[in-house]
Amino acid sequence: MRTLRTAPTRRRGRTGLAAAAVLALATSCSLVGTGEDDPAAVESTDGGGATSEPGGEVVLLTHDSFALPDQVVADFEAETGIELTIRPGGDAGALTNRLVLSKDNPQGDAVFGIDNTFASRALEEGVLADTDDDAVAWPDGVEQYALPGDDEQRLAPVDNGNVCVNVDTSWFAENGIEEPESLDDLTDPAYEGLFVTPGAATSSPGLAFLLSTVAEYGEDWPTYWEDLVANGAQITSGWTDAYQGSFTQGGGKGQRPIVLSYDSSPAFTVAEGSDESSTRALLDTCFQQVEYAGVLEGAENPDGAAAVVAWLQSPEVQAALPESMYVFPVVDGVELPADWARFAERPTDPYEVDPAEVAANRDDWLREWTDVTTR
Amino acid sequence: MRRALALLGLAALPLAVLGVFFALPVAGMVGRGFWPDGAFDPGAVAEVLARPRVHRVLWFTVWTASVATAAALLLGLPAAYALHRLALPLRGLVRGLLLVPFVLPTVVVGVAFRQLLGEGGPLAGLGWEGTPVAIVLGLVFFNVAVVVRTVGAAWESLDPRPGEAAAALGASPAQVFRTVTLPALRPALAGAASVVFLFCATGFGVVLTLGGTRYSSVETEIYLLTTNLLDLPAAAALSLLQLVVVVGLLLVAARTRRGSEAVVRRRAGRAARPVRPRWRDAPQVLLTVLLLAALAAPIGALVVGSLRVDGAWSLAYYRALGSPSQDGLLAVPVATAMLNSLRTAVDATWMALLLGGLVALTVTRRSRGRGERRVRATLDGLFMLPLGVSAVTVGFGLLITLDSGVLDLRDSPLLVPIAQALVALPLVVRTLVPVLAGIDDRQRQAAASLGAGPLRAVLTVDLPVVWRPLLAAAGFAFAVSLGEFGATAFLARDDAPTMPVAIFRLIGHPGLLNYGMALAASVLLAAATAVVVLAVERLRVPAMGAF
Repeated sequence: MRTLRTAPTRRRGRTGLAAAAVLALATSCSLVGTGEDDPAAVESTDGGGATSEPGGEVVLLTHDSFALPDQVVADFEAETGIELTIRPGGDAGALTNRLVLSKDNPQGDAVFGIDNTFASRALEEGVLADTDDDAVAWPDGVEQYALPGDDEQRLAPVDNGNVCVNVDTSWFAENGIEEPESLDDLTDPAYEGLFVTPGAATSSPGLAFLLSTVAEYGEDWPTYWEDLVANGAQITSGWTDAYQGSFTQGGGKGQRPIVLSYDSSPAFTVAEGSDESSTRALLDTCFQQVEYAGVLEGAENPDGAAAVVAWLQSPEVQAALPESMYVFPVVDGVELPADWARFAERPTDPYEVDPAEVAANRDDWLREWTDVTTR
Repeated sequence: MRRALALLGLAALPLAVLGVFFALPVAGMVGRGFWPDGAFDPGAVAEVLARPRVHRVLWFTVWTASVATAAALLLGLPAAYALHRLALPLRGLVRGLLLVPFVLPTVVVGVAFRQLLGEGGPLAGLGWEGTPVAIVLGLVFFNVAVVVRTVGAAWESLDPRPGEAAAALGASPAQVFRTVTLPALRPALAGAASVVFLFCATGFGVVLTLGGTRYSSVETEIYLLTTNLLDLPAAAALSLLQLVVVVGLLLVAARTRRGSEAVVRRRAGRAARPVRPRWRDAPQVLLTVLLLAALAAPIGALVVGSLRVDGAWSLAYYRALGSPSQDGLLAVPVATAMLNSLRTAVDATWMALLLGGLVALTVTRRSRGRGERRVRATLDGLFMLPLGVSAVTVGFGLLITLDSGVLDLRDSPLLVPIAQALVALPLVVRTLVPVLAGIDDRQRQAAASLGAGPLRAVLTVDLPVVWRPLLAAAGFAFAVSLGEFGATAFLARDDAPTMPVAIFRLIGHPGLLNYGMALAASVLLAAATAVVVLAVERLRVPAMGAF
């Protein structure tokens, strides 16, 4: 009971100090009542004067990989008077499913980042608003990326990229082995234990690769995967584990010289002072991914949302796409960064699977794929 | 009647927060599974529960989490003793560093583990890569700090006199430990074990990055079903399974804790003094050093990786973090991301402390009668639930339930810190409850009879004893918030990227510079955590530390 013997006055002094400390900590650096440090908000008040039509606030829902230079966003806000709020969260799948689950009461006005493997679900569920009567005029070149079956142009193509098998050319040169070229080659015993890919169930490039094999082998794709696994292919859960962890040209200095990645990846493996990339995409193994934007059904500011979607197809945004989000523009005549133009070779005839077929079979394919690869 | 009202009053705020930000969202998501098209159809859920795959997934989750929990307890106990009871040099620093695994993003640690265990790595010969062994190792790596800190905090505030008395009566050190110390630590041990088990059972990134695609836990399965397949009945079935397992576990934990509380009284001031290590402490110290070495291996790989550029030592990756990124990948400079992280963490920390403090006070008041004790025990368990339920379910649930009227909180900047506070809350409660429970209620009665009001009694009786554990809990909550990625990844946030988001983005793209910068940013995040935790633990009420 010694505590009780302490004089009450001394106690009060201590606890008062403690309370003051806690209070100071809580008030000095709290985030509650944010807003003043939101760069977008500040910029829009700066340039809010030079307004033309839509104006108002537009909330753009997007995925975690979204990035655009601040200046591009600020210019858009100054030009239109729109206050753009960007809310990223989850990957393309989580984004689409979030929209589906909250379609009666959407959390924003526009969406960017639904890809061609999830697009059918978004359309079927009625997540996207019809664009007004006469069709919106997309810039030149965009039409070829339109989602098959989307006659109302609810989903506007914004960017594209290909998921391709990449090889470490320096490794193959050093070891005197010929580089593989096709999907078939990957099951060749000459390449046993050299391939690593992210899994289809847990990774979006992984799913794209599965779709490549579906496009190439049709009903027989499970047999191909059996052969692939039998040939020592390593399957990781995500792209990072495969590329950075297991690939010989990844950051973690792995042991496998063949990896599933993108057609843009070789532009990032150019050593300083070198004029050659140490990796190469196999252009006969590619699956094309397209990302779309659209106005949400039930948007509070549909005009503003339509302006944002159009802006995503504008020359400014299109030119910023490669370096901000590592994808290619869809609009004709947009200049690519020098490294990209030189090192990121593009397939002429990538694999395609009808998005409606993907939507109908995703569940079964993934289940069967999981069975085959974990047998 | 007045007591019941007072009980309710204390618990009202935490209960309201738990109800709105946890119970409602989970009920909403599970409800969607049972009412797939607006009509009640439990058949789909029942069908899922019968799938052999679901049984496999459940079994895998339970056994890996159990093994990892046991391992974390065995490894953490000696370290809790050595770092909290012995006057070892640098022990404060080491305690701060122990929290580093907590904030490291799983993807980064996954690559580090791969460098150690994978093909060509120094431990490749063990053949552990992509096996359950790697998963269990990863779970222990991330969670052993929970044991060290919660048990250590309780150990620190134990009154040493019963042990000394036993020793004076001829008990050997082992006997003292077995008959005096261990029973007194039982509530803390049970608490730590249940928290670790829940963390392990819902460990999402570890299973994915270290197990490849071969293994699925309940959590990864819910993620796949919700974010990819949109199979809500199946996700609901698994969420319910998760709840059943968690509630079962909490009942067992409560039983273990009961009856052993207040075996050894705790007192302010004097009990906390660490003792000089003696020769007989050598095994514990040695085990602690080994544990630290094992934890340091993957972290060391990260640090080295962040400093090696083209085969030479360099700070280039750290410098790159400061300059505006040439390709816009880092939408904001790393300093800004760090500031965002710290701010969110401050909010999450005070929320967790406030709510956790109220819960701990409520459940440790002396109960009159069985009914009241039961109510308090239930309350205690209730606040552990957020740890045991899928972050995906809660995250999606928040978006579909908090969407109208006064509860339209989907866009609130508070959502992220509150979600993180709910994850940290059980850690705060489990750190405080064993200590508060050890306070003799007669002290409070004496204070009351001397004229102190309820608040005054708390301030003069409880706070001095609970001050250090409270700081330990604050450090904990802070670290949880800094490292939290899973629960918040699904919430559409304001565009204010935090460090884990920035790191995730960097390491998710090809190029050595991006990879190096991701490692450097991880090291910075870890260092910042250690510094903040150390600073928080230095906060003392004057005269408290001096006694």
